[in-house]
Amino acid sequence: MSSNALTIIFSEIALIVYVLGALMYAVYTKKDELTSKLIWLTSAVMVALGGLIVFFGSGESTAFNGAFIDDEFARYGKVIILWSSAIILILSRDYLTKNLLLKFEYPILVAISVVGMMMMVSAGDLLSLYMGIELQALSLYVIAAFNRDSVRSTEAGLKYFVLGALSSGLLLYGVSLIYGFSGTTKFSDIALALGQGPTPLGLLVGLVFLISGLAFKISAAPFHMWTPDVYEGAPTPVTAFFATAPKVAAMILFTRIVFDAFGEIITDWQQIVSFLAVASMFLGSIAAIGQKDIKRLMAYSSIAHMGFALVGLASGSLAGIQSLLIYIAIYVVMNIGTFAFILSMEREGKSINNIIALNMYSKIEPLRALALMILMFSLAGIPPMLGFFGKFYVLKAAVDAGMAWLAIMGVIASVIGAFYYLRIIYLMYFGEETEKLDGSMSTFGWMTLMVSAIVMIVGVVNLFGIERIALSAASTLLN
Amino acid sequence: MEIAALAFYFFAVIAIISAVFVTLSRHPVHSVLWLILAFISSAGLFVLLGAEFLAMLLIIIYVGAVAVLFLFVVMMLNVDFAALKADMAKFLPIGLLMGIIILIELGLVFGDWNFASNSLELRAAITPPIEDIHNTQALGLLIYDDFIYLFQAAGLILLVAMIGAIVLTMRHRTNIKRQNVMEQMSRDPSSALELKEVESGKGI
Amino acid sequence: MEQLVLFLPLIGSIICGFGYKYVGEFAATAFATGLLFIAAILSWVIFINFHGPTEQIYIMRWIESGELSSFWAIRLDRLTSIMLIVVTTVSALVHFYSFGYMSDDPNWKDGESYKPRFFAYLSFFTFAMLMLVTSDNLLQMFFGWEGVGVASYLLIGFYWRKSSANSAAMKAFIVNRVGDFGFALGIFGLFYFTGSINFNDIFAAGPSLKSENIEFLWMEWSAIELLTFLLFIGAMGKSAQLFLHTWLPDAMEGPTPVSALIHAATMVTAGVFLVCRMSPLFEYAPNTLAFVTVIGATSAFIAATIGLVQNDIKRVIAYSTMSQLGYMFAAAGVGAYQAAMFHLFTHAFFKAMLFLGAGSVIHAMHHEQDMRNYGALRKKIPYTFVAMLIGTLAITGVGVPLTHIGFAGFLSKDAVIESTYAAHSLVGSYAFWLLVGAAAMTSFYSWRLIFLTFYGSPRGDIEKHNHAHESPFSMVIPLIVLAIGSIFSGMIWFEDFFGHHYNEFFGSSVYLSPENHVIEHAHHLDNWVKLSPFLAMTFGLVLSWVFYIRYPSWPSRLANTFQPLHSLLYNKYYFDEAYDFIFIKGSNALGRVFWRIGDGWIIDGGLNGLALRLIPYLTKLSGKMQSGFMYHYAFAMFIGLGVLLSWFVIKGVN
Repeated sequence: MSSNALTIIFSEIALIVYVLGALMYAVYTKKDELTSKLIWLTSAVMVALGGLIVFFGSGESTAFNGAFIDDEFARYGKVIILWSSAIILILSRDYLTKNLLLKFEYPILVAISVVGMMMMVSAGDLLSLYMGIELQALSLYVIAAFNRDSVRSTEAGLKYFVLGALSSGLLLYGVSLIYGFSGTTKFSDIALALGQGPTPLGLLVGLVFLISGLAFKISAAPFHMWTPDVYEGAPTPVTAFFATAPKVAAMILFTRIVFDAFGEIITDWQQIVSFLAVASMFLGSIAAIGQKDIKRLMAYSSIAHMGFALVGLASGSLAGIQSLLIYIAIYVVMNIGTFAFILSMEREGKSINNIIALNMYSKIEPLRALALMILMFSLAGIPPMLGFFGKFYVLKAAVDAGMAWLAIMGVIASVIGAFYYLRIIYLMYFGEETEKLDGSMSTFGWMTLMVSAIVMIVGVVNLFGIERIALSAASTLLN
Repeated sequence: MEIAALAFYFFAVIAIISAVFVTLSRHPVHSVLWLILAFISSAGLFVLLGAEFLAMLLIIIYVGAVAVLFLFVVMMLNVDFAALKADMAKFLPIGLLMGIIILIELGLVFGDWNFASNSLELRAAITPPIEDIHNTQALGLLIYDDFIYLFQAAGLILLVAMIGAIVLTMRHRTNIKRQNVMEQMSRDPSSALELKEVESGKGI
Repeated sequence: MEQLVLFLPLIGSIICGFGYKYVGEFAATAFATGLLFIAAILSWVIFINFHGPTEQIYIMRWIESGELSSFWAIRLDRLTSIMLIVVTTVSALVHFYSFGYMSDDPNWKDGESYKPRFFAYLSFFTFAMLMLVTSDNLLQMFFGWEGVGVASYLLIGFYWRKSSANSAAMKAFIVNRVGDFGFALGIFGLFYFTGSINFNDIFAAGPSLKSENIEFLWMEWSAIELLTFLLFIGAMGKSAQLFLHTWLPDAMEGPTPVSALIHAATMVTAGVFLVCRMSPLFEYAPNTLAFVTVIGATSAFIAATIGLVQNDIKRVIAYSTMSQLGYMFAAAGVGAYQAAMFHLFTHAFFKAMLFLGAGSVIHAMHHEQDMRNYGALRKKIPYTFVAMLIGTLAITGVGVPLTHIGFAGFLSKDAVIESTYAAHSLVGSYAFWLLVGAAAMTSFYSWRLIFLTFYGSPRGDIEKHNHAHESPFSMVIPLIVLAIGSIFSGMIWFEDFFGHHYNEFFGSSVYLSPENHVIEHAHHLDNWVKLSPFLAMTFGLVLSWVFYIRYPSWPSRLANTFQPLHSLLYNKYYFDEAYDFIFIKGSNALGRVFWRIGDGWIIDGGLNGLALRLIPYLTKLSGKMQSGFMYHYAFAMFIGLGVLLSWFVIKGVN
């Protein structure tokens, strides 16, 4: 506890100080009229903090007796979280304005949630892990129900809240068992305790509970049930937010805890993670086929994608972590682009989420349809789009780790999953003409869509060097 | 059997029984009352452990504030829990089965339990020496010093809860009159009164 | 500057192909043509200024994967610079020529835009060819190799309404796959042995490869012999040598400028270029070299015999191309890579001109291609006649014997024939006699073409003869430029390519082993050897004159007398029929078996069952699970938890 600790958690403190200042200012002055400006400012702050981390973050340090870890692995996650949240915040503005949801609490809550996520990725202790998760989740519950006049939104928020509380309960139960065995909540000490002798069943049971709680956060099957309902019910920008940053945070946290604290019993948690991975990949792929609502479809899509990322984790190797980091980075970019498009789906000022509405979209907006097609190809993992490389790295890591069966499952699931992405493309290019979508797109949304589509193609050259960054981030975790 | 052990089993059994009745009782208000009983017995357990301060906190906050709030909510919402429960009966057998399986497994875990060799030292290491300091003070030292990070995070969580409650429930009605204290106080006769000269015998 | 040469055609191709809707057809095509002319001029500047050692011009990092590491770089040496001028010059002229030739094509309906597509393909082809010749590693070369293959496919099948063009395009592509398979195996083998695909590393490994062995097809082989042999298989496919030549005559289905550019001057010479480029390897593989010579000489001879009796003007020239390529391989096979490159260089001029001239004739005769329907055209199309005459003089090798004065073909072809003799080996002699024979036949069929087309009396549709007209300037100007090349290119560069200072000229680009003195020997040969090609040429000319001017009834009488021989030649030795029987029918039968059992029964049956029954069922099931009730969801979580817990407990108890 020194000034050193304050520099280590500078970015979190800076963001929270900004949030509190903004909250006070907004409450005591013009309130909701400020929202638009506040959204821009919050995004700017998040982008700047991300830049700060990129340029000045270095080395590996801990604060508060190891409860907070700042290393390359955490910084990798934080930069993705901050930047993707900033983009989605700006994307939200149009939608919120049109749907009369432009309240100043929105950017505030998003920013607080981001702080929670940053705490999650930096957690080095079971307690700070839990605090981060709750801070993040509580804000998410609120913004899921943000459209309080809509029954669906309220229902989504409530469902998410109750099930989230249940998952927190599971997690805490697991934490208590782990604490009971090892006498500490610090990851590094747990690892030491585990290294001394045979692993008791009680600890494994605690681990199962803990992982179940985390699996809820990344919506891995069978802890995914909330995802489709919440994605569908929540306002679309909130859904976009749900699909990106929180997933990154939870995935990174997941990776850190299984390696930092349970690195001694890799073979044990590999079984749990493999189970979750296979269940998620198949459920996400199969269940999505029957969906008509594009937000529900994206929910299942994200379940399947998390399954793939878990394949990387299940490999339990350096290459596995690296592939996971690459995968989530690519996943986030694809999802931002796709949601930028979904946000623009409307007819006569009303949001439309039914995928049938995309019929012959290529005739109305050929460029947007093209960009969406590229994104869908990429989500399906068809080469040479970037999405393919994400899957490729993950599966390769699994094969190299001697888990070829898992990789084969992944390939089969990805073939099944390609169906619904391709169906969207089919509708856009070969469907029947029906009522048309007429939504205009904000310049920022348009740019986001186009840039992410271009990234999917141009990234093939060298993946923007992310391979190397992910490798060095991953290797900090294994030391 | 010494008195402390007797007290422990007394509180423990009451805590478990009341927890079971929280879920079983037909009337929601009864459930809340059972919950309060569970809190009180847990507080008793804390006292037995020598953590009087925590025991008091539990009673003041959970019994005094949280449980009473629950009571209000339950009474105001007037949800027909009986109907919900009737629906649940369909799933009772399979739910029971899962419950029993998990219970048996946890029993196995309990039977096979052991501690890591240095867990006791680790557990003792973070607390200040009990002999020297009062437990309230020890708690303060831990919360405000070692665990300041977590404490502040908890504060943030409460802040979010507050913001959430306001965002989701507060409504500004536009067609009602509100009291503005500043306006009232700064009002003076010149703006409030209008004097009219009335000529005698004419009326208005 | 080198990068400009490489990328200008690509830019032209992209802008012309994708941008013509915005800038207009003429602007797009003119733009592509203009860029190529710039590239051609720059190439000449590079060629003339190049004197130094091999340069490597880095463009970008390309592929790095494990041991494999490759850069995208331009390898600039004498071989590259020769190929640069050949490719860009002919390509630029063909672009220009196409303005006239493609102007009103009866294969297209009114208002269809086909020209920009044509020009874009041409430019793309040029880019791919430049990639091939500038490559600094095998992968880059393979990229160019396949790139020209694709461009060739697109251009042969350019008239996609004609089913014959489509099948010719596929044939070219598929026959080339056979060669490419060998080429690819060769690349893999080289990577396997040297751990690199960069030319520098591979060339340095030549001597060490000589002592290694490799097991392949259940036999022990010398590594270098096998690898060079595999590379040569690739070269055979691309350069239409015997056994893999059947696609080239069919490729004449493409528009004539394409035949001139791709199937005469540039792409088909890629095989020769490959062998010369790989000389540091081939020099250590005497058996492969012997094989190269035999295949080259035999191809030259066989193709010439077929050429004697063909009636389609373009097919005659196509067989002539195959024959001339055989010359080049024969020279390379005996170690006279310089002679091969020389012939490649001069051949590009006169063969492109012959094709463009033939195109001009076809244009004049309203797309009639059968020579039997021509005759007496020399007055109608005088410029074309003169150009064709010069081309024929060049290809048959007219010049002053025992001096270095003559048309381009005279110098280069004689250099090739002399080199084969100077090898003083069995295969060398074999090649020498076959090539001299081929020279006689070349002369015969080339003059036959001239006589049938331009002399005698008009035959066939008299209407077409009456309307025959000289081609527009855009078609005549390239002919003039190429005519200059056909006349002078041999005389100007003879000393450099084949004279006493060839070593200074080629520098390190061609490797000659210390025992290889073929070219020195070729400078000191008996006069009868030097005279023999000339005599053969004269013999062919005289015979042709007798047959087609003096006694025009003789050919058909001769054909009737030697009916079996004539039909053997006329049917191209029944190669197509044999291939059709063995490969096409055979693989069709095999394919049918796989299709019925493997595809229809196992895959379709299995997958349909899976995709149409099982998965929709599971989808419905998962939809049902997603009931919307929260306690269902919570329950699902508990089931998942229970399953995981049970797994560990059961495992732990055991």
